Amino acid sequence: MNKTTNQKAWFLVLPVLLLVAFSAVIPLMTVVNYSVQDTFGQNEFFWAGLEWFEEMLRSERMWDALGRQLLFSGIILLIEIPLGVFVALNMPKSGFWSSFCLVVMSLPLLIPWNVVGTIWQIFGRVDIGLLGYTLDALGISYNYTQDVFAAWATIIVMDVWHWTSLVALLAFAGLKSIPDAYYQAAKIDQASRWAVFRYIELPKMMGVLMIAILLRFMDSFMIYTEPFVVTGGGPGNATTLLSIDLVKMALGQFDLGPAAAFSLMYNLVILTMAYVFYTVMTTLEKREG
Amino acid sequence: MAAPRRSPLNGSTLVIGLYLLFLMLPLYWLLNMSLKTNTEILNSFTLWPDRPTLDNYRTILTDASWYMGYVNSLIYVVMNTVISLAVALPAAYAFSRYNFMGDKHLFFWLLSQRMAPPAVFALPFFQFYSSVGLFDTHIAVALAHCLFNVPLAVWILEGFMRGVPKEIDETAYIDGYSFGRFFVKIFMPLISSGIGVAAFFCFMFSWVELLLSRTLTTVDAKPIAAIMTRTQGASGIDWGVLAAAGVLTVVPGALVIYFVRNYIAKGFALGRV
Repeated sequence: MNKTTNQKAWFLVLPVLLLVAFSAVIPLMTVVNYSVQDTFGQNEFFWAGLEWFEEMLRSERMWDALGRQLLFSGIILLIEIPLGVFVALNMPKSGFWSSFCLVVMSLPLLIPWNVVGTIWQIFGRVDIGLLGYTLDALGISYNYTQDVFAAWATIIVMDVWHWTSLVALLAFAGLKSIPDAYYQAAKIDQASRWAVFRYIELPKMMGVLMIAILLRFMDSFMIYTEPFVVTGGGPGNATTLLSIDLVKMALGQFDLGPAAAFSLMYNLVILTMAYVFYTVMTTLEKREG
Repeated sequence: MAAPRRSPLNGSTLVIGLYLLFLMLPLYWLLNMSLKTNTEILNSFTLWPDRPTLDNYRTILTDASWYMGYVNSLIYVVMNTVISLAVALPAAYAFSRYNFMGDKHLFFWLLSQRMAPPAVFALPFFQFYSSVGLFDTHIAVALAHCLFNVPLAVWILEGFMRGVPKEIDETAYIDGYSFGRFFVKIFMPLISSGIGVAAFFCFMFSWVELLLSRTLTTVDAKPIAAIMTRTQGASGIDWGVLAAAGVLTVVPGALVIYFVRNYIAKGFALGRV
């Protein structure tokens, strides 16, 4: 749409700006403040410069958490995106069953995150959970509080359970927007199922898929509640992802300086990635017209 | 008996069936446990409750310290939805209709707020709201959740508004409508589905969030999700009540989904399909 230039539009944006400033910028400034100061309690603060940043950049703890975080986000994206697309391709296109699928698939998205954690915590227990009990009965040793692999498997399956539907719903929305004529043309050309997917469905879904990847990447990158409830970051530090580590540092140990420096770098990483995705997305949108 | 209409059992049905089964199993298990007594949960492993009991639900619905959690959650969720929509509507209109200085940067900046990890904000929010005397109030949580809901609402509404042809605005102005009247009387009904979807998303993300709402409350505004952690008593975890509380947190979500089911898909695409 061709927009007109109108500087007065700023007035319409002003409420949002004030609100977000109130709820984001001011609190963030306190973080900046802490990140450059040191304290010995009693509200006495000393200028510490970039000390905390240097300390955090040298600390193995942060790099380990970052590594685990990247691994986690990578794995869940690799599973959820193809699986979501696959599910969407197989969904009924219209009628009662289509709505039925939509409603059932949305359910996990609306469960409070710690309840999601609780559900899987129970589900995976060997004594009272269906999954744990079944695996145990099959002779597979499974204990997500002791075994690193089981812990990782549990939080990954949990995330797939929780969020694949989001990808599927997005992909489904993209598929529904393809006019029938495209499929008819493909039929006349005797295109294979794969060709239809590769040259019609995938390009048409690209826009929404980018949104899906963006949302899933960002949300998994700041995931906290669900793995925390299930594993508490353990066994050891095996599932301590970035947010879990940060909360431990800031609210648990009250190491304000390092936690603040950590926060800012964490935020910066996310901001950079958001920018990359956003640029790719808007370019795609423009190319589509 | 007439032969039942055979549904075509093909690959697609199988895939969807399996996927839905995968989604439903953990939920079924929660429901199953919520209908059992603790003795039954711990002493026998059964796929369905032997003697279904509603005692766990009764415990929650008769104890104010339990059910107030639901009330608290609903209060701040509704507050947040109203605030988010109220500020997002004009902003989304501005983004969808006008070019102005710094609009692209502003839009991205808003978006980036949606991506900011709540963990980063937990501590500063705690200190900020304590210092202005809003700690442990519903409005504090509602405002804190605006951090990610306002950008999302702007994003969704902008997508829907883009689909409304600009000629409608111009015609209304020629007919002598003021901006306010045009916006409320003509424009908002046109994007009512978009508003519904945006409200749904605000509701959803405020309802499911725990870290901030737990950090900002102690007693008076404590959300149900945080109250659930207290089932860990001296005698171990009260599994039955925990499961029942979990089931009850799913109910509002299920109701909301039902109302927006026809717009869900478009909504998840943020109006961009």
